Amino acid sequence: MTKYITKRVVYMFLSLFLIASFTFILMKLLPGSPLASAAKLSVEQREVVYEKYGLNDPIPVQYVRYMGNLVQGDFGTSFQYKNVDVSYLIVKKLKYSAILGAQAIFVGTIIGIILGMIAALKQNTIWDYGSTIVAILGISIPSFVFAALLQYVFAVHWQILPVGLWDGWTSSILPSIALAMGPIAIAARFIRTEMIEVLSSDYIMLAKAKGANWFEIAFKHAFRNALIPLVTVLGPVAAGLLTGSLVVEQIFAIPGIGEQFVKSINSNDFSVIMGTTMFFSVFLIVIILIVDILYGIIDPRIRLAGGDK
Amino acid sequence: MTNNLEKLPKDSFERITIDSTHAEKITKPSLSFWQDAWLRIRKNKAAIISMFILAFIVIMAFVGPYMVKFDPQEVNVTHANLPPKIPGLEKWGIADGQGKLGTKTLDIYEVKKIDEYYWFGTDSLGRDLFSRLWMGTRISLYIALVAAIIDVFIGVLYGGISAYYGGRTDDIMQRIVEVLIGIPTLVIVILMLLVMEPGIWAIIIAISITGWIGMSRIVRGQVLKFKNQEFVLAAKTLGASDSRIIGKHLLPNIMAIIIINMMFTIPTAIFFEAFLSFIGLGLQAPAASLGTLINDGYKFLEYQPHMLFFPAVLISLLMIAFNLIGDGLRDALDPKMKD
Amino acid sequence: MEKVIEVKNLELSFHTFAGEVKAIRGVNFEVNKGETLAIVGESGSGKSVTTKSIMRLLPESSTEFKNGEILFGGKDLLKISEKEMQKVRGKDISMIFQDPMTSLNPTMPIGRQIMEPLLKHQKLSKADARKKSIELLGLVGMPKPELRMKQYPHQFSGGQRQRIVIAVALACNPKLLIADEPTTALDVTIQGQILELMKDLQQKIDTSIIFITHDLGVVANVADRVAVMYGGQIVEVGTVDEIFYNPQHPYTWGLLSSMPSLDAAEDKLYAIPGTPPDLLAPPKGDAFALRSEYALKIDLEQTPPMFKVSDTHYAATWLLHPDAPQVDPPVGIVERMKTFPGSRYYTGNAGGAN
Repeated sequence: MTKYITKRVVYMFLSLFLIASFTFILMKLLPGSPLASAAKLSVEQREVVYEKYGLNDPIPVQYVRYMGNLVQGDFGTSFQYKNVDVSYLIVKKLKYSAILGAQAIFVGTIIGIILGMIAALKQNTIWDYGSTIVAILGISIPSFVFAALLQYVFAVHWQILPVGLWDGWTSSILPSIALAMGPIAIAARFIRTEMIEVLSSDYIMLAKAKGANWFEIAFKHAFRNALIPLVTVLGPVAAGLLTGSLVVEQIFAIPGIGEQFVKSINSNDFSVIMGTTMFFSVFLIVIILIVDILYGIIDPRIRLAGGDK
Repeated sequence: MTNNLEKLPKDSFERITIDSTHAEKITKPSLSFWQDAWLRIRKNKAAIISMFILAFIVIMAFVGPYMVKFDPQEVNVTHANLPPKIPGLEKWGIADGQGKLGTKTLDIYEVKKIDEYYWFGTDSLGRDLFSRLWMGTRISLYIALVAAIIDVFIGVLYGGISAYYGGRTDDIMQRIVEVLIGIPTLVIVILMLLVMEPGIWAIIIAISITGWIGMSRIVRGQVLKFKNQEFVLAAKTLGASDSRIIGKHLLPNIMAIIIINMMFTIPTAIFFEAFLSFIGLGLQAPAASLGTLINDGYKFLEYQPHMLFFPAVLISLLMIAFNLIGDGLRDALDPKMKD
Repeated sequence: MEKVIEVKNLELSFHTFAGEVKAIRGVNFEVNKGETLAIVGESGSGKSVTTKSIMRLLPESSTEFKNGEILFGGKDLLKISEKEMQKVRGKDISMIFQDPMTSLNPTMPIGRQIMEPLLKHQKLSKADARKKSIELLGLVGMPKPELRMKQYPHQFSGGQRQRIVIAVALACNPKLLIADEPTTALDVTIQGQILELMKDLQQKIDTSIIFITHDLGVVANVADRVAVMYGGQIVEVGTVDEIFYNPQHPYTWGLLSSMPSLDAAEDKLYAIPGTPPDLLAPPKGDAFALRSEYALKIDLEQTPPMFKVSDTHYAATWLLHPDAPQVDPPVGIVERMKTFPGSRYYTGNAGGAN
């Protein structure tokens, strides 16, 4: 297990290194200089600025400095907002995105698990079809379409919830629902398939042969075995949430990282773009690593097989 | 017990010889893999309906823009912001050209004195949304299909080579994949689009740059599974060449999985195109795709909900259809599910 | 003799994608107290389905019981409610499955899996159930049982896991134990140990056993009586000696001939030609006729009834009809029959044929 984790961490850093280098090269490839927007500067002024940002140094020197800063969590300063550290910007915006994401993943996964359980236990009944339809819609309908629909119905038409902006917890309801559709659908489908497979396994037959009733079979024997592998989809779910947050935050004007990211894309604020992509990458890679380790801890088969080594 | 048996005619106890090869006779008609799959998928109503919906959308994507006399890119400011009006349906109170003007609801067409019928209405620049919608669908489908084909091509090639040659080649190739798989798709797609000239090909390249990895891993797994199976070993012993083994023995066996995966790659690509256009990294006006149409529509959601309604419904239908067909194919083609 | 269970004229079908599979087509047998009945047959002959229908473990959605009854303790198991059935399962009748690698819950410590039926049926306290479980583990020959209670199934070998499954099955001293090919998935050496264990335990707790197998070697080792199944029917039933040394049905002959033996003179192993019948459309008459070299004309027209050979021995073959021609079984079978008093080839000590 330790060996496996070490290996995974090494790959994680390789991936991050690759992304960081890639972003650096892209930054150098970008048409014009990063200060192109400030074209009104005179040649002398530009020289001063270039000197200040170290843009006159040879590329390898810039590269080493850039990487060194990254390691210290320094993503540079925003081009758009004067003297605002990108790291500060991210930390400030993180709160809103985190609330939305946590609510969506928590509530979404629980609802998804319940739907999937019902579908598997009541296979080929109206319950099963209903839950399958919810899952298909959740996977198929893009989050921004769903978010726009929610906003139109609940905020514009009925006016029972805020249209947008952050004004306390009620502002988080609609965007969280929009984001939760993905986790609901993925968890429901996954649990349904897993449960059906587990329910047809030999050990469930043996549990039945021991005289276990419906409830004991479903919850004491099958549920745990179906639930453990669900951990593996948390990675893709987190990635989906991140993608969704870009558009959902924009639709509901939530001042989170996603909205900031889209804004910086549209205003060519490259240091914010680079900083945010690095942040996203670290976030997703770490999540996937944690999920992997977590899976090893909660599944006794993996836990002990690894422990023996 | 034996009472009624006495009546049996004597000659029924003659010995007969039965050619025991008859016992080997297979009573079920023999079906090829694809015939069998077709029989299975035919029973899946959701997949069949989805196929019809998909076929309809594809056909409309080609003929739709020519069904009306308006050009999808022609700006006509006097005809801006018209609600949908469809001949025949207007009597029923839907698509009757009624729309909000200030606080009042009235027939905008009458107010503006317009005789033409814009079936799905117009946008803020007076462009006909019906022809734009199908034009956009065509482009979205084109992007998704090309991206999916590129994914499959690279994925099969990479995964196939890695697994078939194995050993050191496989080792190196898989280490590379393990590093690449850590890079979030979203991040790489956005970075790519920042540097490339915006356009259809930029989106296709951005989507496929990481898309092939998943496919390559699946193909590798499949090839590894099959390449050591007896029928492949037998072919090798009989002196079959590499290309023959790959073409005749391996490819047909992994075809099903490739097709199933492509069915899930296409909707992912459709989604990403729409997503990118929605956050402003996609196609630039006046070109239309489902994503740009949704983006345009969203901006006017409060007053012109029809602008969002049609492309949103269409993209949802497309995604649902592809997902259901994919599910159906998986159930039909995956031999694990056979009973 | 006291009958523990009696299966009468059982008929059942599965409804599948391809159509109706007539898996069991009129099966009768009973098991007496303390005895072991072996059910032998090829895969697909219906032996597992028969026992799973006793336990009512077949998928309810696709299984249709067409006829018959299963009498156990004065009740017809096919008629009682699912709730009553749950009280029978694991308490009065328990079951051991074929593959010990998959029949234990991978995420539950084995101690809890053994305790489960004790807590449920015998209403023991947790501590008592634990004590009894440790006892059971010791009984099935698990070394250091206390230490192993908390371990998970994957920490045990296949043979050990089958011992655990046996411990689970015996937890409530069942009247009937159904063992569905309990040794098939194990190594030959382990097979012997498990069989010895089962024989040993049977004597200790005095339970009846239905032992399903396709391996006649195992049958000779454990069974008192044998039922031979073919195509969803029992074609011959008798004591072990009767089946091994005075078999009457051509299918039994085929089975015995295809059994390898150390002292066999021929170096070629016999194989029954053809494949088992397709139960989607079961053949008319004697299902085995198409693969038999002893087929009669009537075999293709009418299903043979059970002909009585002795009080304990019946066989469903037209060859036993008084009008049927005398046929000679394969040489190996004749050799066997020579040693069986009462068979028509019995040579006795004097060596004279009857």
